[in-house]
Amino acid sequence: MTGLDHVVVLAGGLSPEREVSLRSGRRVRDALGEAGVDASIADADAALIPALLADPPDAVFPVIHGSSGEDGAIREILGLVGVPYVGSAAAACRVAFDKPAAKSLVAAAGVATPESVALPRETFHDLGANAVIERVLARLGLPLFVKPARGGSALGASPVRTEAELPTAIVSCFAYGETALIERFVSGTEVTVGVVDLGDGPRPLPAVEIVPGAGRYDYAARYTAGQTEFYTPARLDGAALDAVAKAAACAHGALGLRDMSRTDLIVTECGEVYFLEVNVSPGMTETSTLPMALEAAGHEFGAACHALCELAAARGS
Amino acid sequence: MLPPASVIRLAGEQRELPYKAPYAGMIPSARKAAIMGDHWQQASQRQPGGQSPETPHGSRIDPYVGQYAERARGMVASEIRALFAVTARPEIVSLAGGSPYVTALPLDAVGEMFGQLVAGRGSAALQYCTAQGDAGLREKICEVMSLEGIRAHPDDVVVTVGSQQALDLITRIFIDPGDVVLAEAPSYVGALGAFAAYQADVVHVPMDDQGLIPEALGEAIAAAGAAGRRVKFLYTVPNFQNPAGVTLAAGRRHAILDICRAAGLLVIEDNPYGLLGFEGEPMRALRADDPQGVVYLGSFSKTFAPGLRVGWAAAPPAVRDKLVLAAESAVLCHSSFAQMAVREYLGTQGWREQIKDFRELYRRRRDAALEALSAQMPDGCEWTRPAGGFYVWLKLPDGINAKAMLPRAVSSRVAYVPGTGFYADGSGAGHIRLSYCFPEPERIREGIRRLASVIETEMELRDTFGTDAIPRGTGVDTPGPGDL
Repeated sequence: MTGLDHVVVLAGGLSPEREVSLRSGRRVRDALGEAGVDASIADADAALIPALLADPPDAVFPVIHGSSGEDGAIREILGLVGVPYVGSAAAACRVAFDKPAAKSLVAAAGVATPESVALPRETFHDLGANAVIERVLARLGLPLFVKPARGGSALGASPVRTEAELPTAIVSCFAYGETALIERFVSGTEVTVGVVDLGDGPRPLPAVEIVPGAGRYDYAARYTAGQTEFYTPARLDGAALDAVAKAAACAHGALGLRDMSRTDLIVTECGEVYFLEVNVSPGMTETSTLPMALEAAGHEFGAACHALCELAAARGS
Repeated sequence: MLPPASVIRLAGEQRELPYKAPYAGMIPSARKAAIMGDHWQQASQRQPGGQSPETPHGSRIDPYVGQYAERARGMVASEIRALFAVTARPEIVSLAGGSPYVTALPLDAVGEMFGQLVAGRGSAALQYCTAQGDAGLREKICEVMSLEGIRAHPDDVVVTVGSQQALDLITRIFIDPGDVVLAEAPSYVGALGAFAAYQADVVHVPMDDQGLIPEALGEAIAAAGAAGRRVKFLYTVPNFQNPAGVTLAAGRRHAILDICRAAGLLVIEDNPYGLLGFEGEPMRALRADDPQGVVYLGSFSKTFAPGLRVGWAAAPPAVRDKLVLAAESAVLCHSSFAQMAVREYLGTQGWREQIKDFRELYRRRRDAALEALSAQMPDGCEWTRPAGGFYVWLKLPDGINAKAMLPRAVSSRVAYVPGTGFYADGSGAGHIRLSYCFPEPERIREGIRRLASVIETEMELRDTFGTDAIPRGTGVDTPGPGDL
């Protein structure tokens, strides 16, 4: 089945999402193995570059989440080493990983996104937290959602329902990043839409609707099997399903992404679609939505991973 | 607002992106239901313009989600545990894990000994044994305990899978849901986990730099009695306590025993670090002075090798009998190989000399930690000065939350365990546990330098936003075995 001799699955890294990445990596490696590919896992550490140079694989499949995995850094390295890799190029990752920058580009391409401000820690220190917070509330009102401008897995993210909750949400966010993205909270159906290109152009996968048991899709809800209910396809009418698919495809295109991405969206009761963020290295764990959507679209997970590796190998470094 | 349905314009260019139809489902409906829940079956009957007319179920990944016992409720993924996954990487200075420095063992000699054990006595070493444990090892254990003044008979001893299993078995035979366990404040996270698994209610008793405060113990017993609560035992780590690093003063030991005896309260004396003191002789064990009132828990994890998982309980006869039966139902018997390996080690290797080596190694690391703390920590931090064992307990400046600060620390490549893990009641957020047992002294100094900088940044955040804005960060997030 395979023209691939060897694929390196890059997993781990040093971000707080290391554990998730290792789980994703093992799943991708096993799936590739079942598809007949000799796949091994490597971490992004001092042994990586010598190992890639000594025994260049046909392709690298990066599934490192969080910074370095998604900010383009590790892909720059893969480019420097000269090995083909699955997924978006470094420059596109840099923009997509920066949520405020990604929001601007996707909004300019025609997809609505909640109004927001992005403020670094020093701004609160230098200008006075109370004055800044007062301006934020005056502009955006309540409720709000605060998250690190860079990062994933809902780490450091929290909803804000009252004025009193905002400072704590911002401080929590600064535990995971230096810049806080504060956006208007849009309530509605939470969906995530994968976009994959298996050789015939980028196509949106069926939307996955996320209904966290405890009301919030936080870290525990994401990675504890049973805590969240997933509906694939999402329980939306045909027009809304069409709209979220287009929004995800639009984000993928506007940000110049390649091979695969996963876009998080909210659909309001009136059917308006809001872009929240895009993920260039989506989770591949047992509770992750991209593999669910792939299977729902009729793709065996291993075959899809295999196809992505073949495309990367054919593309070259 | 979305662009028209047929085209999507890209930012910065006027090229039209042909919108391709989403991948259609191509798998049999039965498979779809397994992947996607029974919602899929009704999707085709969905009404346009709104939600499905029925309320179908989605997929929860775990088909048994409604069937777990109440005690499994807290077993969920935790971002704190996820952070500890990063600390295993060499770039991080981990002052979190309590892993003994096994590299200091004579590994070649130990390896040869293990090989000879299998080659020479494999028919016993690879066979079942009794639930109480290898008789020869129990004799050796009595020798080890005699260093702390305990006079025990091998019959008093039950060998367990680390002392953690002894904790589990004791809790299993004594605790009904809602029963009270008294424990130091703070207390060992692994014990709190065992107590929680049997739905015990832990009441913490204050300590000071001399260990558990007898008056406070008396008050806690009286308060529980007045409230009609059933107190089952006192759990204490009297020497170089985990996490606080303090030792119960000799002068308080009789007072503690007297109070418990008067109240008819069993004492669980957990003593994994007793032989790892840096000054003078080992302290006299509580059990040495009250063998009928104390269950003593010992371990070879710190004096030999945690990977063998050999610990023990020395208990009064009636308790011992129940422990043996409980052990049998839990594991049938402990690993014969591991028990014989430890017996062989104690019989043929210079284990007393090895313990001296460990003491000296850990003393140097303790010194490095204390010197670095004095030199680096900002005003407002206070810490204990352990005379043995593995741990320093550090109080953070007011308004700093240890759990909320941990992600920033890991980003700065240093790790610790937040104090919340050592309390059953949600307190402890103002403290952290630092362990100096594993990193080399130079790495300890570097880790503490990084930590000081993290605390200073956190103080700046506190000053910018005010103490009220600091996240509460309560709750017990139990670290993994390497962090205990």
